[in-house]
Amino acid sequence: MKTTTLSVGFIPLTDSAPLILAQEMGYAAEEGIALDLKRAPSWSSLRDMLSFGRVDAAHMLSPLPVAAALGLGGAGVALSAVSVLSVNGNVIGVSNALAEKLRAQGHDFGFEDARAAGAALIAASDETLRIGVPFPFSMHAELLYYWLSALGLSVPDALQVRTVPPPLMADAIEAGEIDAFCVGEPWGSMAVENGVGALLLPGTAIWSFAPEKVLAVRSDWAETEQSLLGRLIRATWRAGRWLAEPDSRSLASEILSRPDYLGVPAEVLDRALTGRMVISAQGEERQVPRMLEFHSGAATFPWRSQAEWIGRQLAARAGLDPDAAARAARATFRSDLHRAALAGTSADLPGASSKLEGSLSTRMPVASESGKLFLGPDRFFDGRIFEPRET
Amino acid sequence: MSSSAQLSIAIVETDRERALLIEQSLRDAGEFTIHLVSDITGLARRIQALNPDVVLIDLESPSRDTLEELALASGPMERPVAMFVDRSGDGLTDAAIEAGVSAYVVDGLKPQRVKPVLDAAIARFRMFQRMRTELAETKRALEERKVIDRAKGMLMKARGVGEDEAYALLRKAAMDQGKRVADVAQALVTAAGLLG
Repeated sequence: MKTTTLSVGFIPLTDSAPLILAQEMGYAAEEGIALDLKRAPSWSSLRDMLSFGRVDAAHMLSPLPVAAALGLGGAGVALSAVSVLSVNGNVIGVSNALAEKLRAQGHDFGFEDARAAGAALIAASDETLRIGVPFPFSMHAELLYYWLSALGLSVPDALQVRTVPPPLMADAIEAGEIDAFCVGEPWGSMAVENGVGALLLPGTAIWSFAPEKVLAVRSDWAETEQSLLGRLIRATWRAGRWLAEPDSRSLASEILSRPDYLGVPAEVLDRALTGRMVISAQGEERQVPRMLEFHSGAATFPWRSQAEWIGRQLAARAGLDPDAAARAARATFRSDLHRAALAGTSADLPGASSKLEGSLSTRMPVASESGKLFLGPDRFFDGRIFEPRET
Repeated sequence: MSSSAQLSIAIVETDRERALLIEQSLRDAGEFTIHLVSDITGLARRIQALNPDVVLIDLESPSRDTLEELALASGPMERPVAMFVDRSGDGLTDAAIEAGVSAYVVDGLKPQRVKPVLDAAIARFRMFQRMRTELAETKRALEERKVIDRAKGMLMKARGVGEDEAYALLRKAAMDQGKRVADVAQALVTAAGLLG
């Protein structure tokens, strides 16, 4: 097979691992492709690099293709999410000053109870809370709005959500520009490492199965390059499966830590990969199940219902028609292409393309090709269940 | 937002010298009202207050993401302040991205009014790009020179030969292996470092 080179953009985050490891561990080569990995300076430039064909595929925030389909930002080029690259992986952190206040109020930093942490956070902020997120259209923003509004905070008015690029989050909290942040790893751990903040909650405590990053391509490219697309989906799926093996983690951290990729110490990258999070400069540790999931529970499957949830949240904030937004959103998560690419592999995919979001509190067997598929817990912290309405 | 008056342009650039160079090329291209924004804290709010027709920002600037907040209007049902540059399909955006500049243009502005601005910005950013490449190239050449000198020094000491002969050894090894002299020198220096 002749090797074809695909250019693939990524942002330096631990969850870019499936793309980087697909190349480094030879999963791309097995499919006769080589990934030319290009580190992008910002999410908007990565989206534009993809839109204008400077890269063939990109590591992307799951709400970004949905936002583009709703006309929120971007150049009007249709983007498709063909795989979910990672589930969960975000952390919420606070400044040292706010952490001290929370402790003084008796909060235990248990790092699992979203209701307790949220109530404490709301009680501790006398003024409008300033929270940094990496991008306006991101799971980080969605989780924050969902969490704090469910606890009675009137969003977005009672909240100042500011956009801060992930690698600059620690600086922003040190400079006092924000009181708290929601960011992808390793940048939350770097804030702890630099002694400028403490971690309050993992994203998974708010929604235990939140689609975080997707593999995005231009929708027209997906139609014209079906063979290449299939190879790319299979290579990243195998990399995700490899990443989910406990034995892979130290090698994965070492590779990701290289200056061309993340340029962050392997020891810090290791935390999200193993779920052993260090939450304060005093070295307090918390074990987080499903801190960052690459594979199990059909993690890579782009559920249409996940897209619809994102679409309806965005529509509500932007004042768009919710049903039209839901339809447009569903069309961006290509469960059909994902399924087609993995047909004939050992991947066990669900029979349905849409599900209730938030209904599972334990592992649950579901109908699948081999009949051996278990979906993991996907609960929202407040117990709400999202029912997709698309017919 | 005016329709017939001068276009107002905000240039977001923390490097004063670069900002002035961009401003100069825009002034050469036409009559515009130009704002230089060098402090990037609270960037979205600053831009909102200036309410320009066009925002120019370096594609490499991570602060660019902040501007995306402007795509979401400040309140539901309000018109967004600025949208991403032209959906007119004349290839200007593509050229801008290639040159390393992103341009946000307020929705509804006629492409022919924006074109001179973008043409000037693109030309200027291409020049920045060339300067950046040249600088990187010079740096790399200097680094390589240093490594080759170290490798030469090691060979001279280990084999008791003169400088020219040491270099000839490196060059021969490079030719035999189909590698660059700098790469062979680097391998030698690394290996020597490992052996202690």
